[in-house]
Amino acid sequence: MTTLGFLAREYLDRLLAALRAGGYRCVGPNVIDGAIQYCDLPNAQTLPSGWLDNQAPGRYHIDHTDTPRQFAWANGPQALKPFLFAPRETLWCAECDARGALTFKIASPEPQVLAVIGVRACDLAALRLQDAHFLQGQNRDVQYAARREGMFLVAVNCTHPAATCFCVSTGDGPEVTEAPGTNAGCDLILDEVDDGFIVHSASERGASVAGKLELAPVTPEHRTVIAQQQQQARAVQKRSLPARDLRPILDKRLEHPRWAEVAARCLSCGNCTSVCPTCFCYSEQEQPLLDGSGSTHARAWDSCFTQGHSYIHGITIRADTHLRYRQWLTHKLAAWHDQYGRSGCVGCGRCISWCPVGIDITEEVAALAATPP
Amino acid sequence: MNAAPSSVPVAAEITRRTQESPSVFTLGLRLCDPAQHRAYHFVPGQFNMLYLYGVGEIPISIVSDPDSDDELEHTIRVVGRVTRGFDALKVGDRIGIRGPYGRGWPLEQVRGQDLLLLTGGLGCAPLVSVINYVMQRRNEYGRVAILQGVKHMDDLIWRDRYDQWSALPDTQVLLAADVAGASWSWHVGLVTELIDQIAFDLQDARVMICGPEPMMLASVRKLCESGVADVHIWMSMERNMQCAIGQCGHCQIGPHFVCKDGPVFCYPELRERLGVKGF
Repeated sequence: MTTLGFLAREYLDRLLAALRAGGYRCVGPNVIDGAIQYCDLPNAQTLPSGWLDNQAPGRYHIDHTDTPRQFAWANGPQALKPFLFAPRETLWCAECDARGALTFKIASPEPQVLAVIGVRACDLAALRLQDAHFLQGQNRDVQYAARREGMFLVAVNCTHPAATCFCVSTGDGPEVTEAPGTNAGCDLILDEVDDGFIVHSASERGASVAGKLELAPVTPEHRTVIAQQQQQARAVQKRSLPARDLRPILDKRLEHPRWAEVAARCLSCGNCTSVCPTCFCYSEQEQPLLDGSGSTHARAWDSCFTQGHSYIHGITIRADTHLRYRQWLTHKLAAWHDQYGRSGCVGCGRCISWCPVGIDITEEVAALAATPP
Repeated sequence: MNAAPSSVPVAAEITRRTQESPSVFTLGLRLCDPAQHRAYHFVPGQFNMLYLYGVGEIPISIVSDPDSDDELEHTIRVVGRVTRGFDALKVGDRIGIRGPYGRGWPLEQVRGQDLLLLTGGLGCAPLVSVINYVMQRRNEYGRVAILQGVKHMDDLIWRDRYDQWSALPDTQVLLAADVAGASWSWHVGLVTELIDQIAFDLQDARVMICGPEPMMLASVRKLCESGVADVHIWMSMERNMQCAIGQCGHCQIGPHFVCKDGPVFCYPELRERLGVKGF
């Protein structure tokens, strides 16, 4: 990561212009339906200037203020997940001719060149996990890979974690960092200050785009503000998980009474899995044409909170909500270590805010850990 | 290991259809592209995703001999939409197939050892290719006991095969049915009750099990009590599988993706979760 210079707020459109000149479709945050969500970004003025969020278990609300800042909020419901792992997409099509001969065609998405502006450190950590899942070894997912290939990522360091955030505890934020021997997982990193952005490059193509921005020098005052706000973004986080690796705690508590207690509140709606940036389950579905000439094989996001997720020829392995909640939590926080070498939770807190009954993953883990197995 | 199978099915023609019992049938399949058929290789215990046009896919284990270039056989019980549709197909009809997937039985690892092959219900299907494999290389393995249990004596398929196997040297066949009539000359009761009748000492035997989970769990307990080392027990698991490549997430048992880490597991890999409701 190399600090390159300062971009005054009124020149932020230079970044969008440079990306568009490179062939990228620019996507960034905007206020849609009362929440910060990603959409096409025609110019920097459409960024959510002045908006602050207020999150709590089962609560998400945004308020407009007079701050000049455009990134003074914690993540809304969306992560990078829908851009790469599409909520619904065709995998392949089958055709049947009059003699009954079958032919199969893979559905290859058009490779997209998407630039996403405003990515947070927690979502970059989640992206690494999704990459590990969908691009592993010989089972590389062609749909995911086609979208991932060209993606340009502009991170903006988080200065306003929500009350639901706990990325400090999972080690995934609030600022984007480069662990030794790895890269930051994005192309550019911005630090927002009141009058603009400090621009850091995190990849070669990031440096190349930044070269077109006519950056000004970074002042010592800028550096002081950045250090203060990063320190503040850590200090405000009150939620945490008791350890990075929760296998020793959870593996011994598969029959703990807390599972039934949380199941009495859980609606098994699957909101937590939809907003989770790392949840990867999907179901495959067949959609035959009415005239019988063809059939589409599609996939759609699935959730371990559904009845069908564990169904097998007449048996539902997880018929009860407490078994589904336990599956989700123990997979996310324990089994993920065996599968991908780390926890599946990046501390973004979305599952807490978007749970309709306000179930708090950190509170549930604390309650499980509080009593001996 | 072979290259990854195609993520899209290829067409296969039904070359043979055998009714095994009122609700169980076997389809012989040949990939429509001869080069693809020749290039297709699998190991016993692996499975294919079979696709019924316009309806969907299901995972089915392969029962034919892995070294044969003839048709690929799949033995199927009629239980749901896809299997009901397969049941209605005739010789000459086409279906889709992708595979093979998963980790099969440890045939190399158990070479030269005494074997216990223990199955329940249609669990005999994922193991029948192992039995065929061993029987065709009879001198490469030690003594063999084949135990199969069914709920009702009419559920027993492949009666002639059991007769043939029992006639081979050092090969013991023991059958059990929970419910049996006058024509049943075998044990009436659970297949686990037959473990005591095995003609060789189980201490150094290698065991492969496939059947309903309560039956597998009861078998493992009894075998461990009989002195079988837990690392010498393998079992084939069944879960909801949609992608077959460890991505869709349905088949997970704890950290294991049954479709790619299994379906055959060595018992200690599953010990913590086998029999725990919800896994």
